[in-house]
Amino acid sequence: MSEPYTGPLPKPTPETRPFWDAAREGRLLIQACDDCGTRYFYPRPLCPSCLSRNVRWIEASGRGRLHTFVINHRPPRGFPIAPPFVIGMVELDEGPRMMAHIVDVPADPTAVRCDMPVEVVFAALTPEITVAKFRPRTTP
Amino acid sequence: MSAAHRALRGQVAIAGVGESDELGKLPHKSSLQLHMEATANALADAGLHKRDIDAVFTSGRNMANDLPEYLGIRPRFIGGTQVGGCSFILHVEHAMAAITAGLCEVALITHGESGYSRIAMPAPRWGDDSTNTQFELVHGSSGPPTGYGFLATRHMHEYGTTKEQMAEVAVATRKWAALNPKAFAREPLTIADVLASRLIAWPFNLLDCCLVTDAGGACIVTSAERARDLPKRPVYVLGTGECATHQMVSQMPAFNRWDAAIIAGERAFRMAGAAPSDVDVAELYDAFTIVPILALEALGFCKPGEGGPFVAGQRTAPGGAFPMNTNGGGLSYTHTGMYGIFTIIEAVRQLRGECGPRQVADATVALCHGTGGIWSAAATMICSTVT
Repeated sequence: MSEPYTGPLPKPTPETRPFWDAAREGRLLIQACDDCGTRYFYPRPLCPSCLSRNVRWIEASGRGRLHTFVINHRPPRGFPIAPPFVIGMVELDEGPRMMAHIVDVPADPTAVRCDMPVEVVFAALTPEITVAKFRPRTTP
Repeated sequence: MSAAHRALRGQVAIAGVGESDELGKLPHKSSLQLHMEATANALADAGLHKRDIDAVFTSGRNMANDLPEYLGIRPRFIGGTQVGGCSFILHVEHAMAAITAGLCEVALITHGESGYSRIAMPAPRWGDDSTNTQFELVHGSSGPPTGYGFLATRHMHEYGTTKEQMAEVAVATRKWAALNPKAFAREPLTIADVLASRLIAWPFNLLDCCLVTDAGGACIVTSAERARDLPKRPVYVLGTGECATHQMVSQMPAFNRWDAAIIAGERAFRMAGAAPSDVDVAELYDAFTIVPILALEALGFCKPGEGGPFVAGQRTAPGGAFPMNTNGGGLSYTHTGMYGIFTIIEAVRQLRGECGPRQVADATVALCHGTGGIWSAAATMICSTVT
């Protein structure tokens, strides 16, 4: 964080703040509905499957698979990572999918493959905002 | 689906279509002027006067209440459904609902967008507290070029779809554009050219991506009965369907198929009492080369996973077995940012036999289909000169 962060910077909202607070502590939170059992991401105070308010935060294992990906050559203005870089759609072991920057891989379509195992790593953008990224995982 | 749904078949018709006076790079025209020119041209095509309009439908940067002021009209029915580029196709269904309910008689569906020059077109920007910034943009996503690609990559992984097959779409569409004097990009293109163009977001090269232009487009929808009294041959709306499933692409239900399009297409074919084999000409929103490939699967023109082989061998080009995007599409004719209206304009012209060198012989049934957002919404419309 020697350079000030200039990319898109999330501003948490009341329903997403617990997610961001946990990310700052290195924990990946998703939500689970105690009525219908759905596990979901992104944060919503009512279950997107059954509209129950009986939902709670659970900590995800941080493990998953790279469901699909693209290699971006034209990032948004101010994004601090030099292109090209890999953006993935990660399917967590718990079920929900989330978008994430995939690190520790060459930005080469022959070196990245769908369904490869990945694990979470956290990167602080600012003192308040830490994002979940994913990297290839060698353990089963 | 109910009998009432099927009874809508053929109840309304598209009576007139028109583009803005010019299309392309138009730094001398605002988005509202593009709306106004297209409206004037569609009214003239329909043989109607501005005073006949009693309903207005639009979408995009200009709200539905910008138009009554700029155009000098007083609509009694107003539709502003905004689900992205396919909104105008979906507006046909909404206009049909309003007309058959007796709430209006003559509906204007209009689009104007200074997509390239951005005259009177503030660039949209997600707020820092939007879900998009919190859960997508922060990861380096660039909106459509990255969002549409996730499905292309998964499709390649599961079905063996190739970049060459995607390039076939760009090449075939360019051949149609060469036959359309209004098309923006008309020089010949090869598959090698597409693959050699610079990478935007793998698996998309530049020539897998649609144009960014300035243009307007409009159509007039009225009852079938009233349309029969107008100078041009009515193009009857036989079937419509719409669906939306998500806003952020990361919330898309599946990445190997296009759920919203499957539902929209089923509804449209059901209302029309038609099958894909009945369609003579298809106008499928081609924001990126993968989009019509997935639409062909979703709409039942081929089986899941077979979209790549379906478009191979220039099957969708002039002279091919499956005429598709006969105006040159969003890839080569025009793409302002919201292409949906242009599928309707071209379908109507093909069915009327007005397309000159690019005319599809004996075209009697056309299908228009679009995407909105990032695979978020879909709208389908089947139309014909015969009910």
